[in-house]
Amino acid sequence: MTGALEFRDPDRAGRLVDRLEALVADTGPLRVMHVCGSHEEAIAEFGLRSVLPEGLTVAMGPGCPVCVTDLPEVDEAVALAKAGHTVATYGDMVRVPGTESSLADASAAGANVRTVYSAGEAVDLAEELDREVVFFATGFETTAAPTATVLREGPPSNFSVLSAHKYVPPAMDVVAGHPDTRVDGFLAAGHAATITGTDPFEGVVERHDLPVVVGGFEPLDVLLGLVRLVEDVRDGTATVTNAYPRCVSDAGNPAAQAALWEVFERVPGEWRGIAEVPDATLRIREAYAGYDARRRFDIETPDDDRTTDCICGEIMAGRAGPEDCPLFGEECTPQNPVGACMVSDEGPCRITREYGGRR
Amino acid sequence: MTASDLDTGGGADDGEVVTAAHGAGTDRTRELLDRVVADRFGDAPDGGVGLAAMDDGAVIPDATGATVVTTDSHVVTPVEFPGGDIGRLAACGTVNDLAAMGATDPVALTSAVVIEAGMPVATVDRVLESMAAACEAAGCTVRSGDTKVMGSGEVDGLVLTTTGVGRIERGTQLTAGGLSPGDRLLVTGPVGDHGIALLAAREGFDFETPLESDVRPVNGLVAAAREAGTVTAATDPTRGGLANAVNEMATAGGVGVRVDRRSVPVDDATAGAAEVLGLDPLTVACEGRMVLAVEESDATAVRNRLRAEPGGERTAIVGRAVADHPGDVVLDTGLGERYLTVPSGEQRPRIC
Repeated sequence: MTGALEFRDPDRAGRLVDRLEALVADTGPLRVMHVCGSHEEAIAEFGLRSVLPEGLTVAMGPGCPVCVTDLPEVDEAVALAKAGHTVATYGDMVRVPGTESSLADASAAGANVRTVYSAGEAVDLAEELDREVVFFATGFETTAAPTATVLREGPPSNFSVLSAHKYVPPAMDVVAGHPDTRVDGFLAAGHAATITGTDPFEGVVERHDLPVVVGGFEPLDVLLGLVRLVEDVRDGTATVTNAYPRCVSDAGNPAAQAALWEVFERVPGEWRGIAEVPDATLRIREAYAGYDARRRFDIETPDDDRTTDCICGEIMAGRAGPEDCPLFGEECTPQNPVGACMVSDEGPCRITREYGGRR
Repeated sequence: MTASDLDTGGGADDGEVVTAAHGAGTDRTRELLDRVVADRFGDAPDGGVGLAAMDDGAVIPDATGATVVTTDSHVVTPVEFPGGDIGRLAACGTVNDLAAMGATDPVALTSAVVIEAGMPVATVDRVLESMAAACEAAGCTVRSGDTKVMGSGEVDGLVLTTTGVGRIERGTQLTAGGLSPGDRLLVTGPVGDHGIALLAAREGFDFETPLESDVRPVNGLVAAAREAGTVTAATDPTRGGLANAVNEMATAGGVGVRVDRRSVPVDDATAGAAEVLGLDPLTVACEGRMVLAVEESDATAVRNRLRAEPGGERTAIVGRAVADHPGDVVLDTGLGERYLTVPSGEQRPRIC
């Protein structure tokens, strides 16, 4: 734990906060956005918003993989479970409401739903069981690369993947380009960048003339990332800065990228509540079609006619905060979530509910 | 179940079912109990504590003193876990609930055992031996009991229900809400060991440093604390951990609480495993700790006394009651501040 504790040192944190105060006094009010649930969790867990300068708003962007998984994708997983197949997925996905029910509801009604901690564990399950195992694969580059790896290794024939994997940089484009969203700079997710490197952010920088800083997840990492970002804003420097060099290199992890792009291709797709994002949904390529649950099974899902006051999409796009939602804490609670943002440990609503909004 | 079911106030909708989350010992449990239990069993006894207080036990005054009663059902997977087993857990849980109400010298325990057919007799034997040893350490024994066997699959392994009875002098009970602004909050040792050890064992995680449950009787510590100073409130941080305990104290006492994260003792091994599992040790169950509120002027003396007692070596002053923000607990993380809230729903290791 010593290593982690160094990145939680109050004195160093205090110096970074002082630096931010001085910078924001120079620049005037700023609104920067992180695109990672783990950043939000670090900010909330350590109460960092209570010490940030008044003029610095750190908004939450589309960085929670569970939250941006689209409703019809959840419905597909539920339909497969109800059709008698074993559906394996990450814990948080189980409780995300679909149009008619969640995987948890399906499980309570007798369907076979298993929580796994990795793609590899889902493959193990297929090896144990004498029936179809569908891995409902969600998440960004960090979980997509391992999914790709297990497919390349030739899993058993009763294993398939329902991919809801997504690729982050194009979503940053959508958010930055939205006329109602003010973004002065992005704090990009360090763990996704361990896979992709920092190169994919160059396009975001060019197209929107904004600085992007790749940051880590300990409190000092987050504060340092914010200092670098605000420095860039002050200097008018639109570049990609790596403030997490102990884990992230410019080129990333070439082996993981090779696996990722051999198995997946980028296609247009909905991010829940935000918009159709071009090139940001990961589909299994033709060469691996035999493992694609959408090609293997005829999946019938209910019409998506859900009407709700849930503003998950607005929140994920950084245009609203959890407390702007009429359902927050009333109709929508961690016990009884209406939107995915209240389900995931990385969901802004869940985090705000768990840690409170204290300044 | 739909969102509106939670707003029905009393009784239950047709078709509503109890879910696992109702039993997680969090606000969802509380919400169910408020609806189906709280109003049905009478007002609090005069000068005592009744069911509606939802404290660790009841206090029933009489002419010569007061009887303290508490009861608990115990189910745990696995039945034998690192650092203990269900027998030790049941005995300690009951003794500690009595102690949290001020009854530090238990009169007797009762024990009802429901066993699933197929359970090895040797396991039952070990569990009861362990229960007996825990009782001996707490200075009591089981005086009455019942045993039932259910068919295979009709019950999961072993269910142990224990009741504890204690006697105190009239008016000397401890409650969760007896604290006042200024009082210091103490915890008698590192938090989260029990829950993290169990989760790690259950999930099959094999950490380098062995993790062990902290399950132990703490009635001796409560008695020692009361000898060393004025203890104003107590509660044992079981389900929901320290976070749940201090929130209960804040709500019941109508005070605010401030907790200093850096003062809260957490074992390195537990902290490391909690990090991997994505859990906050402050929200994870302890089974051998007590949270005490102590008058400010006595806090250091009580802490020092507890540190000299077996099982209390790492007692720490972790916070204080304040007049501000009644009912809320603010955590000073060392880097900033946030609310320390009651964990919601089931605790699961985090994924991504």
